[in-house]
Amino acid sequence: MTWVEACGIGDIDREDVRRFDHGGRTYALYHSPDGKFYATDGLCTHEAFPLTDGLVIDDIIECPKHNGRFDYRTGAARGAPACIDLKTYPVKVEAGRVLIDIS
Amino acid sequence: MPVLKEPMERRDYGLAGPENRRAVERGLATAQWYASPIPRKRLKELMQRKDGPAIRDTLIWFAALAITGGLGVYFWGTWWAVPAFAAYGVLYGSAGDSRWHECSHGTAFRTPWLNNVVYYIGSFMVLREPTPWRWSHFRHHTDTIIVGRDPEIAVPRPTNLFHVVIDFLNLRHGIEELREITLHCFGRMTEAEKDYIPEAERPKAYLTARIFMLIFAAVIGLSIWMQSWLPLMLVGLPSFYGAWLHYTCGLTQHAGLAEDVLDHRLNSRTVYMNPIVRFIYWNMNYHVEHHMFPMVPYHALPALHAELKADMPAAYNGFLATYREIIPALIRLAKDSSDHVRRPLPGSAQPVAAPMAAAGTVA
Repeated sequence: MTWVEACGIGDIDREDVRRFDHGGRTYALYHSPDGKFYATDGLCTHEAFPLTDGLVIDDIIECPKHNGRFDYRTGAARGAPACIDLKTYPVKVEAGRVLIDIS
Repeated sequence: MPVLKEPMERRDYGLAGPENRRAVERGLATAQWYASPIPRKRLKELMQRKDGPAIRDTLIWFAALAITGGLGVYFWGTWWAVPAFAAYGVLYGSAGDSRWHECSHGTAFRTPWLNNVVYYIGSFMVLREPTPWRWSHFRHHTDTIIVGRDPEIAVPRPTNLFHVVIDFLNLRHGIEELREITLHCFGRMTEAEKDYIPEAERPKAYLTARIFMLIFAAVIGLSIWMQSWLPLMLVGLPSFYGAWLHYTCGLTQHAGLAEDVLDHRLNSRTVYMNPIVRFIYWNMNYHVEHHMFPMVPYHALPALHAELKADMPAAYNGFLATYREIIPALIRLAKDSSDHVRRPLPGSAQPVAAPMAAAGTVA
């Protein structure tokens, strides 16, 4: 496992998303309405638009360009034009920091 | 001696033609577009979904359809039916377009199934098959007015002025759609559609085409059985006789502006319109803002416009001001495809993105 520190827990509002770039890849970190943290690939599987400019509604991230919808907890595509699931990554919180396993 | 002009370049607007490859080679396909600066916190506020405004507007819309349609039936056979069906037609064939549009983005309602129900109703009203047009509109937003990529360029160049005029009665699009619905009923797609509709989505298109066809057949059968045009005046024909306002509004969106640029400020218009038209059009007069941030719902577009207007070309003040630009531009473009409207940006605006300037497409 390769845990990488992404941000502090206070850096993402509840029901919001934040971009994290590392090693040439873009990740999206989510803070759910119930206070949990999740991570997925940061680009939409439809046309690689940054999901981090999108809108979090409950457990859904909507791509800001075409409204492609994903469940950010599982990565499952939930609405056209998103047809391919997002890759998800394990996340843990330690000492007020959000870490993501990018291995 | 007479000066001989070189023949005007006639580009292929089809998605299955050489312009598609050319756009890809020029970096215009699925490209990065300019976005005006706006704080994330404010944008998030504006993107928030609500059910309330769209439920209110939909109930008013359905009530207005029922009242005007009811008056049309009641007064059928008298001259009073004319204004009743004129109003009904606009609510059906023009308001149906904006409902189709906004619900295709999934932003009108917060609740997804409400978006889908109104999307299917609006699609039927404006003769747009839900699945092909959903994917067509995705592409329109990816590659707005990029020749060979955007399937929704309303006025290809050189302008065919006859086409522009008959479009106000939806004759070209309507007849083309009926042809495609028939094609889809047989489980087939056009080559252009294959460019933007994934294979997995196509069975849905075939199913809805068959449902649409069954409804049309039932209404036509009822009209024949009743020996009356009345059923068709209520379902089917309003897609044509009521489409004029949708085209009047829709033509303001991009007609006569730049092609092949990556900045919506140069290929789209924002036009101030009165509240009645904005209700029918669901605020799509804020069209630059809509393209730049398509996930902002229609009810938040006036507020988004207020946030961004310092970075935008001046908005047009009504239809008259807009058509004073569009009509001469389309006439010029009938003779010279390069003579489009060039929109000046205000001094306070961010400059045009570098790739466009390099492409030499901006005055």
